[in-house]
Parts: sequence; C-alpha cells; structure tokens
Amino acid sequence: MAAIFQGVGAAATLSSSPSNSFVPKKFLTSPRRSFCVRKVPSSVVVRSDGSVNFDLNSKSRRAQQLVANAVATKADSSAASSSSNPGHELLLFEALREGLEEEMERDPCVCVMGEDVGHYGGSYKVTKDLAKKFGDLRVLDTPIAENSFTGMGIGAAMTGLRPVVEGMNMGFLLLAFNQISNNCGMLHYTSGGQFTIPIVIRGPGGVGRQLGAEHSQRLESYFQSIPGIQMVACSTPYNAKGLMKAAIRSENPVILFEHVLLYNLKERIPDEDYICNLEEAEMVRPGEHVTILTYSRMRYHVMQAAKTLVNKGYDPEVIDIRSLKPFDLYTIGNSVKKTHRVVIVEECMRTGGIGASLTAAITENFNDYLDAPIMCLSSQDVPTPYAGTLEEWTVVQPAQIVTAVEQLCQ
Amino acid sequence: MPTLLSAWFNSHQPNLHPPSFYSLSLFRSSHPPPSPNPTLAMALSRFASSSRSGSLLKPLSSAISLRRPISTDTTPITLETSVPFTAHQCEAPSRTVQTSANELLTFFRDMALMRRMEIAADSLYKAKLIRGFCHLYDGQEAVAVGMEAALTKKDCIITAYRDHCTFMARGGTLLEVFAELMGRQAGCSRGKGGSMHFYKKDSNFYGGHGIVGAQVPLGCGLAFAQKYSKDEAVTFALYGDGAANQGQLFEALNISALWDLPAILVCENNHYGMGTAEWRAAKSPAYYKRGDYAPGLKVDGMDVLAVKQACTFAKEHALKNGPIILEMDTYRYHGHSMSDPGSTYRTRDEITGVRQERDPIERIRKLILSHDLATEKELKDIEKEVRKEVDDAIAQAKENPVPESSELFTNVYAKGLGVESFGADRKEVRATLP
Repeated sequence: MAAIFQGVGAAATLSSSPSNSFVPKKFLTSPRRSFCVRKVPSSVVVRSDGSVNFDLNSKSRRAQQLVANAVATKADSSAASSSSNPGHELLLFEALREGLEEEMERDPCVCVMGEDVGHYGGSYKVTKDLAKKFGDLRVLDTPIAENSFTGMGIGAAMTGLRPVVEGMNMGFLLLAFNQISNNCGMLHYTSGGQFTIPIVIRGPGGVGRQLGAEHSQRLESYFQSIPGIQMVACSTPYNAKGLMKAAIRSENPVILFEHVLLYNLKERIPDEDYICNLEEAEMVRPGEHVTILTYSRMRYHVMQAAKTLVNKGYDPEVIDIRSLKPFDLYTIGNSVKKTHRVVIVEECMRTGGIGASLTAAITENFNDYLDAPIMCLSSQDVPTPYAGTLEEWTVVQPAQIVTAVEQLCQ
Repeated sequence: MPTLLSAWFNSHQPNLHPPSFYSLSLFRSSHPPPSPNPTLAMALSRFASSSRSGSLLKPLSSAISLRRPISTDTTPITLETSVPFTAHQCEAPSRTVQTSANELLTFFRDMALMRRMEIAADSLYKAKLIRGFCHLYDGQEAVAVGMEAALTKKDCIITAYRDHCTFMARGGTLLEVFAELMGRQAGCSRGKGGSMHFYKKDSNFYGGHGIVGAQVPLGCGLAFAQKYSKDEAVTFALYGDGAANQGQLFEALNISALWDLPAILVCENNHYGMGTAEWRAAKSPAYYKRGDYAPGLKVDGMDVLAVKQACTFAKEHALKNGPIILEMDTYRYHGHSMSDPGSTYRTRDEITGVRQERDPIERIRKLILSHDLATEKELKDIEKEVRKEVDDAIAQAKENPVPESSELFTNVYAKGLGVESFGADRKEVRATLP
C-alpha cells in the first residue's frame, strides 16, 4: 500500500499540517468537556463473517442524495511532486531513524535507552548505527528491566535530559506502567510545575503477523487515561519523522506508537527540517459524505476500503487522527459539521479503546451535527490468536469498513 | 549507650578554648550571626572560661537580662561514632569523626526543629487540617541532617513519602511544609502534591514519591544524568526496609553498576514495613549486603555523626567506583502513618526503650553538654525558639488561601513548547520553530 505523499508545495516544509492550513480561531471546543449526561452511542457489532449489525437510535435522518459519480480527490500527490525540492525516498523505520539522528545532532541532551538499541542496532533497525555515531553514553543498551529503565529515563528527564526510551514491543511497557502513569504523567502536576518530563517513550505495537497474544497488544487504550502525557501514533514515513522530532522537542512526556507492520512503508519525504504538530490530525482524503476517523495501520485498511467506496459512488473523508491524546477535536469537528456521519476505524479492542473515547468525545461535543449514530469499528475483545485466519477476523478488514459506510449512508 | 558516652568524656580532652560569643540569634541559622558586642562578650567570656558551670552566670545573666551566647566555635572536635561501621565488599570508614561546636549545635537545632515540626503535624492531622496520608519522620532526623551535612546542593536527594524532614534539610521553609500539608497556595507544590509530594528543584531535592520503591529507578536516572552532564555530583536515593524487597530496586542497581553511575542507595531501615517487621518481610534483613556485587555499609542511623561520616565516604566512593548501598539503622516513633497507631506490631516498651537509649537529639544534647559547648538552659532556649518558629509558621500557613479553581488545570502539560504547534487546548497561537 503506497503511502500518499502529503507535502503540498513549499508550505509543507514548515507547516505542521500539509493540507488546508487551519486558522486557529473560533475553535469551539476545548478538551475540557462539560460533564453532562450523554446519550449512549449505538454500538456496532462486526461479526467475524463480515456482517455488520447496529441498532439505530430512531432519529430522523436527512434523505441525502448521494452523488453517484463522486470524484475521489487524491490528496494532491501529483501537485506534491512538482514542489520545489524532490526530497528523498525511504522506509518508515529509516524515517524514524533520521528524525532521531537529526534531533540527537541538534541537541546533546537527547539520548536513547532501550533493549538492544545500541550495538545490535535496534530490533527494528530504528537505531541502527546510532551507537557507532554517538557513543555508548548516548545510545544505551539496557538489560531487560523495563520498569527500572523507564524509571531511570524519567529521572534523567527530571533534570533536563531528553531521553528516548524504546520498548522493544509496546506490550513490554506494561511492566513500566507504574513509572509511566505516576511519575511520567503526574510529576509535573504534583510538583506544582517544578519539573517537566521531556521524555519520549516509543515502540512498536499493534497486531502483527501471527505474533501471538502477548506481542500484539494495543497499549494506547491502557495509557489513554493517564493525565499529563501526550500520545501520538505515526502511520507514514512523513509523519513518523515529523512526530518523532516534535515529540523529542516537546517539554511534555510523549508516547509515540509505531506499528510492527508499517516499518517497511516507503515514501518520499522532504529534505528540509520539518516537524509535525503533535496535537493535529491529518486530512488524508477530503470528502463530503462520511467522516472516517482512523490511525496507524487501520489507515491503510480504510484507504483500501475508500477505493472501493469511491467506485461505488461514495465520497468518504478520511482523517488520520494521529494525536490519540488529546484528540484534535478541531479538525474532527469541522469534518463532522461537513459530513454529519462518522465512522471510527481503530485497532484497539472494543472495550475501553481509543474509539470508545473518541465516540464519547464526538457525541458530547458535536451531537447536534450528527445525522446518524457514530459507528465504531474496533478489534474484537479477545486475545489475539495465533492462527492466521483467526487473527484476520480479530482486526477490522476493509470489507467491513465498506459495509459499515454503506449501511451508515443509506 | 551510657558506657560509651563516659568513654568519650574520659578519653577526650575538654575543649579549652574560650568559646567566641555571638548573641543568640532569633532567626533561623541561615541568617549570618550578628557581630559580637566586644566589651560585654569579653566580660562574660572571662567568667565562662574560669568557671566551667553555668551556675555562676545564671544570676548575672538574669540580672542583666541578656541571653548568654552559644558556642559557634569551629575548632575541630574529634569524636567517635557510637558503633563501628560494618562493611560489605569495601573498606569501612574510620569511626573517628571530626566535628565542631558550631556543627553540633547546628545539628541540634535542625533536629529539634524537625522533631517539633513532625509533632506539630501530628496535632494538625488530628485537628483535621491535614488530610489523607501523613508519614512522620520523628526518630529518624539524624539521617536527614547527617546526610545533608555531607553533601552540597549540587548532589541530588530523592526519597519516598516520609519526606518532610528531608525537604527541610534541603532548604525548605516551614511555611512551605505546613502550607503544602494543609493544601494551600504557599505550599512547595502549590497545594497540589500533598504530604507525599514535596519537591525543591533549586536544591536538587526530587521528592516525595508515594509508590514504594518507584523512586529508586528515578534516583538512578538522576545519577545517570549527573554522569551524562559530567557534574561530579552524586545522587542519594532513599528507600525503606519495606521497599528493599522491590524488584525495580535490584534492576536499577544492576543498571547503575553496569553503567558506573554515581548512585548511592540508602536504606532507611526502621525495622518495620508499615505493620510488618523486617524479619517477616525479608529473608535476608542485612540490607547493606543485598547489593551482592555492590559494596555496602551499615550505619547507626541514630548517630548523626556516623551518618555524616558514612555519606561522605559513600560520596567519594560512588564518584570513583559506582553504586554503593548504605543501610541506616534507625527507628520511627510514630506509626507508619497517622492512621497507624504504631503499637499493634511492636510494644510500647520497645518504643520508649529506643527513645531513651538511642534518640538522636538526646545523643547530641549529651555530647554538647558533656563538652560544655552550651548549657542546659541554652539548649532549652533553642527548643523553645524552635517551637515558636513552628507555631508561627503554622499560623501563617493557616492564613494562606487555598488554591484557585483554575489551578486544577494548570501544570498538567507544559506549555510554550517551542515548536510550531498549539497547546493541548488549541488556544495558543502558533509558535514558530526556533
């Protein structure tokens, strides 16, 4: 699945959002939601055979006349390559490495800690050759002790260093949950602002290719309640490098979620220094009929479904939310106001996942703009099985997305 | 240990220098002492050096209604610690310590202040002005004071939730302590941390942590940062005998030893992990030995001079050879926290026994008196003064307002990130890349 090049002209190089530049005025909602009683959004049950059932709250739906020959506006990829600088092509893990390397050169306080990041070069090659370049004190091989080396990273961050802590797999960071929750997230607050924790915790997560239940976890759903941290998920080489750099430069603790299956994506990215806004969502494909919100690997399932949808005459708007905490309700809100229908496609499990929180957030803030209940397609609430076919049914597949959109847009 | 005390007295020559006099300062010892009044000082000093007892001076001083100055002499006094150090994988430092009258009196004052502060916190808790958890440090003051005497402000200290006195030793003020305990604006963490979250960044005091044992990896991280920035300073990571059984401690020690970090792990062994005695919680209660490959030292934590000696030794050692463990054999008079009476798992006799035999403040008091560095009355005056300070601070803290409601949302995230971005609430204007 080719990643779509996001850069649009010279503005792309320094702007944080490659598409429409948003004027940050009249932003209506803040993350401080009013704690009013909210309607329970209807749930969608996606069965393993692909059929979708959902119960509608009987609301009068606008009889929308769908444009039969909706044109799928490609995200300016042709315009992009005509930009002033051709850029260079690389794979996603190389983009991460480039971002990390540039930041380490720029700021001597940046160091990397993790298992096998140094001499081995990183289990996904994200830190390859960095130890040779920067030395053992800046690229540190730790023993297998997540709790303590995450704690040490946080302690070092309290003094002003900017460590990048790598979890070899996000699931291993469960062992460091106490450090991440209590010390990383809360120290800025409980010290009355005395300490900032400019740490980056990164690692691959998500469902891979038959890796088994314990190595296919989606930690974003567990970490999302921790106050004081920011969570971002990268999905293309462009935003991987941009988010890595922004995360390192941020004064707040940032958890950067990568995906095991996306490391080999290839894309052409700009040569110049650029960063991606940590709190902003990415408009992947503008549209009119339905807003599809997604992140990380599911973006590609959505784009595949979008092709099918376009052929069938729908015009989906696809947004890669990128920022998992806090949600970019500005971008999302504008989209909801335009399309009035929302489908969320995520890889988290149904219970307590990012999709569940996003559904609640959109319903609370944009209920008046919704023509139909939000559909949230998530992974099943099961440990990820080993068998290939079962694993496929655990996550949302493009066919299910197509069916869901069709049912929503009836 | 009465026999040892008399041994000190007999084996050491009393200080024959006439103490230089400074009028008793009403302010904290951080203020420079006012200059002496020469004529009066000379007159009094002649009386003092000729007669060794204060009895001659008492009527005189009360008649003149002057306060007799206290010794702030800095000529070295050589003493011995109560017990020798026990070492594991290293050479124990000598029992002989150098101190001075000034230092001993500072120790006395600081420990008396801490003791008074903790007792006052006890009363405030019972009056429901302090809520939640309140873990008191009385009995263990010698560890905080002795450690501070061995360090500079460049060295970092991190501890667990029994942090009021360590915060004071690092330069905190009474107002900050009481305001934070009562949840007011003037507290060191603006009222948002509470008893377990005292921090003082400018003195490198890193808190203040509620989860048992979690501060030890943080402390090793501080040591890592010190090594990274080539600070030539060390980190003291304090934990209790209960926390000594946490796995993350051994993980952090392993990494510190591998990377040669200037980390000193200090086990404040007060023999009870909340309600569980150490022999019931640890198969090997020799905490100083549990570092295995890391050297360790067992110290009498009720003797402030021994603590100071051990910390000086540990600092030198860590800067050269990497992590070292110090076990401070100490005792807490209160229960684990204010909700624990402290008598269900130990006898009252044990508590009173320790108070009589090993109390750190009494030890210093006896030292001072036996070396004639000050009189009973002067020491009592110090205690009265300290009590007044504490009462004043409490009164001031009670007047202090509670935090504004808007404070609920401040400091969740750090703003002003310096990159082109919005703040988490999307209200900031775009900042540009530096």
